[in-house]
Amino acid sequence: MNECQMNSQKTKHTQLYDLHVARGAKMVPFAGYAMPVQYPMGVMKEHLHCRAAAGLFDVSHMGQAFIISDDGTFETAAAFLEKLVPCDVKSLEPGQQRYTQFLNEDGGILDDLMVSRLGLEGHQHWIYIVVNAGRKDADFAHINKHLPNGLKLKILDDMSLIALQGPKAADVLSQYIPEAATMAFMSSLDVPIGGIWCHISRSGYTGEDGYEIAVKHGDVQAICETLLRHDEVELIGLGARDSLRLEAGLCLYGHDIDTTTSPVEAGLLWSIQKHRRTQGGFIGAARVQKDIAERPPRRRVGIQPDGRAPAREGTIIQNTDGKDIGVITSGGFGPSAEGPVAMGYVKRRYSRAGTDVNLLIRGKAKPAKVVKVPFVPNNFYRG
Amino acid sequence: MKYTEDHEWIQLAKDGDSDIATIGVSAHAAEQLGDVVYVELPEVGAEFDKGDDAAVVESVKAASEIYAPLGGGITAVNEAWEDAPETVNAAPETDGWFFKMKITDSGELDGMMDADAYKTFLDSDD
Repeated sequence: MNECQMNSQKTKHTQLYDLHVARGAKMVPFAGYAMPVQYPMGVMKEHLHCRAAAGLFDVSHMGQAFIISDDGTFETAAAFLEKLVPCDVKSLEPGQQRYTQFLNEDGGILDDLMVSRLGLEGHQHWIYIVVNAGRKDADFAHINKHLPNGLKLKILDDMSLIALQGPKAADVLSQYIPEAATMAFMSSLDVPIGGIWCHISRSGYTGEDGYEIAVKHGDVQAICETLLRHDEVELIGLGARDSLRLEAGLCLYGHDIDTTTSPVEAGLLWSIQKHRRTQGGFIGAARVQKDIAERPPRRRVGIQPDGRAPAREGTIIQNTDGKDIGVITSGGFGPSAEGPVAMGYVKRRYSRAGTDVNLLIRGKAKPAKVVKVPFVPNNFYRG
Repeated sequence: MKYTEDHEWIQLAKDGDSDIATIGVSAHAAEQLGDVVYVELPEVGAEFDKGDDAAVVESVKAASEIYAPLGGGITAVNEAWEDAPETVNAAPETDGWFFKMKITDSGELDGMMDADAYKTFLDSDD
């Protein structure tokens, strides 16, 4: 987590800062915020708890915004956003969500984000986006730069965001919202929890079933305390958030993806619907089309080190002849995988699962294999 | 038991004419490291000067260097790490030792902190 070292003039607090401290969190600077890296349970147990029961995460540092068209139509807002992202926005049904990226002119990734169309009656023309904390100012500037007259970007700096993740998340949340139990993966609902209005989506960053819940700042503490009354629910810090997403094979912006990587290299082509690949019409389309036609020279892959030594970000990947072929972009220990897990970029001809490679760990070549991600099976709700 | 400012502990014992130091990390350091998942130990016979990197301890979060707190040669390493790296967290100042070294100059221990001084050091560090 190199963002930890990012200097910020003044560390911001989320609404849950006091709750974190009261519950014994170790707070660290992250993307300009003081955030809990772990609670007294520790990273390992927090991780395993989230996979076994339910974890509650404060992700209020992330950026949330609406994109709204003055003409009151979804189509106008979607047509605009489709210029900035490669995913199909126009076909979003009310209450449907997709994962996508902002690209630069060269097709490099400026950020990855969730985009959804509100399902709430009277607001179905509103587009809701969630972007990374460390990129939100740049993202909002990027949107504003391209925003035509007649469209508005409404930054939701009055909203907190929490995630409830794990196999028991649905049991817990459906005690307040029965509909939550059968919500489709990547869909959203605008409903009250115990009388408090929330925007709830069935999505997350752990590979588990679960929800992300946006709520007004003034209400977030009450929601968290309500959820934490359940024995199944424990607070989970950034440390376990990172190991959970790494095991799930999910990219961390600034590490596995950045402006030097394209969506095809990063293995994110699945998030670009077919007609958008062929028709283009978004910033960076030429690169995406070139990568599809010519196949990119390198690919993001999962790396499974032999033995127990974790391979950290920056570790050089070599072929078995000792020639450099790539670099680890995220690596650590997977508590559920019960061993080291990593991902990184390798030259294309080494990207096939099962390829033997070496990792240069503290000067010594240690054997590893290219593997398919995720490292633990995804556990999303499929109805 | 002596402690260093790098949060390592040293237990000195005589083996005939030799001074053998057992080295580990303090309970405070083990707590700061978090859950330890891997330890890379030096080879028996390796020689180190005071302050050299001698071992690496990896927690879920990050890798940290363990320095040779004294100059000398490695005489033994804790084989328990292979299967149970979590011993660092469970018993940092007893079963959780890292390695033993035959020290060149026991004078290097002079001025190192005892348990009380280390406690004071920790309090002032916060």
